[in-house]
Amino acid sequence: MHNIQDVPQPAPADNASPSSVTSVNPEFGSAEEQPLLSVAGLSKYYGDRAGCLNVSFDLYPGEIIGIVGESGSGKSTLLNCISGRLSPTYGTVTYQQQSKERCDIHAAPEHLRRMLMRTEWGYVHQNPRDGLRNNVSAGANIGERLMGVGMRHYGNIRSKASSWLERVEIMQERMDDLPRTFSGGMQQRLQIARNLVSNPRLIFMDEPTGGLDVSVQARLLDLLRELVADMGLAVVIVTHDLAVARILAHRLMVMKGGVVVESGLTDQVLDDPHHEYTQLLVSSILQV
Amino acid sequence: MTHTTIGQDSRQGQPDEALLEHGYNFAFLDEQTKRMVRRATLKAIAIPGYQVPFASREMPMPYGWGTGGIQLTASIIGQQDILKVTDQGADDTTNAVSIRSFFQRTTGVSTTENTQEATLIQTRHRIPEETLSKDHILVYQVPIPEPLRWMEPRETETRKMHAHEEYGVMHVKLYEDIAHHGHIATSFDYPVQIADRYIMSPSPIPKFDNPKMDNCPALQVFGAGREQRIYAIPPYTKVHSLDFEDHPFTVQSWEEVCSLCGSDESYLDEIILDNEGNRMFVCSDSDYCRKRLEAGHTGAMSEQQSDTPEVNSVEVANA
Ligand SMILES: [Zn+2]
Repeated sequence: MHNIQDVPQPAPADNASPSSVTSVNPEFGSAEEQPLLSVAGLSKYYGDRAGCLNVSFDLYPGEIIGIVGESGSGKSTLLNCISGRLSPTYGTVTYQQQSKERCDIHAAPEHLRRMLMRTEWGYVHQNPRDGLRNNVSAGANIGERLMGVGMRHYGNIRSKASSWLERVEIMQERMDDLPRTFSGGMQQRLQIARNLVSNPRLIFMDEPTGGLDVSVQARLLDLLRELVADMGLAVVIVTHDLAVARILAHRLMVMKGGVVVESGLTDQVLDDPHHEYTQLLVSSILQV
Repeated sequence: MTHTTIGQDSRQGQPDEALLEHGYNFAFLDEQTKRMVRRATLKAIAIPGYQVPFASREMPMPYGWGTGGIQLTASIIGQQDILKVTDQGADDTTNAVSIRSFFQRTTGVSTTENTQEATLIQTRHRIPEETLSKDHILVYQVPIPEPLRWMEPRETETRKMHAHEEYGVMHVKLYEDIAHHGHIATSFDYPVQIADRYIMSPSPIPKFDNPKMDNCPALQVFGAGREQRIYAIPPYTKVHSLDFEDHPFTVQSWEEVCSLCGSDESYLDEIILDNEGNRMFVCSDSDYCRKRLEAGHTGAMSEQQSDTPEVNSVEVANA
């Protein structure tokens, strides 16, 4: 990544610093449909410093939004606040549950938040070791959510785990093996299966392809795109990799210094970046 | 049979004179500590299966010798109590003998090996074979009180999991057993759910004993000294051993019967007799076995030999 001073500074564009993003994609957010997730005025301060500042957006069922930026841009802070893992200093995150009931994630009782996290939501960590139970088999990793919601038939749990291994292209013979005997790509696919087995509606992903070889990344991206489309999942994906964002995300938010500096449809943002920082990000990718 | 009374004046007992001269209180612990332990115990009884933290005291024996159980016993024992101390079913192991003599010296209460005679039973690793009544209190020594520890090392997290009843991981452990062994291989410290709410570790008793905890007329209290936890099962409480619909909970069973008393319903210990691989099975509960022998029951060994072998010597060989 280039130092920002080395790059000619373009004149600021009109849409360069929106603090609020509404769905501009005609595919999503029809008049009668409620957003799955509404983020409003979200800020997180660490002392005087804002980790993220005044971020707002709506996410509709089946929609994939990418949050891009360099490390330190505030994208991870934002993801943690949206996913209920970190309390924001200001602002709200409202989620529409499967029951159609809307809940303010940070005001909701902890048990509800935790229940959503292991049923209607998923979270895919960059490092699969952070998202897997490393001391139990692949099958147990996939079966955990099912047992968590009260499934008590071993044979049924096993056949569910088996079909999920197949969906993420892991050989069924590996079902009773520990995750650490798997390659990095397999571990990541196992983590995805472990999240998707509960038929969630919303998945958070933190650099899901980071740390993988390029060829492994491509395969994982294809698989992710397929699964997400099949299941109609809404996704919030954080990545520094614009290629990943282009393949997966319908919309992008570009973050710098805790602020969303540009947002819009992925192709628009990447092909015709308005903000100087986005232009820098895009140009540095092109030079790779 | 008498009920345990709480908060007695130590003057009425007959503890060891020498200990009294040194300023030791009845049952060793000072009254304030006992009150603290009793408060924790009452809370534990009020919330069946919930682990209540308590300020565990140093005891004149190392952890692993049952200091949690000893503090519980010391806090609830009264002069009228008749104490039984049993260790893996036997009353004559070093651990059981030491604890029993500790309470004899510090309280002067009567002790017994007879389950029916006892009012207070401190135990390690077994529940007596004879049915307990409402006049019994059973005190368990517990090394690791947290059943979720195997899956979740963080105490802050296990507390939340209990609070929100997030117990899926307990079945993950059982799933893993079946995946690797074809059946639930956990046979000691088999996890239970108390009164349809808290998941509890029953201490390292064999799962054979789990059904005895269910709807038991006796009060059952559990003490972990090093981990500073007390928990309890009030009388007549539902105790469910976790399982799967297609892999239901089962207890250990033996092809053999007890070589001494012929019992086919007790928990058996295997004893190697010689280097030729000869072995025998005897009741782990030595009091139960002795009573059966006295009642005229016989097993293979007692029939072969003209005189009845001493049960205790067999248990010593086993220990
Ligand atoms: Zn016997």
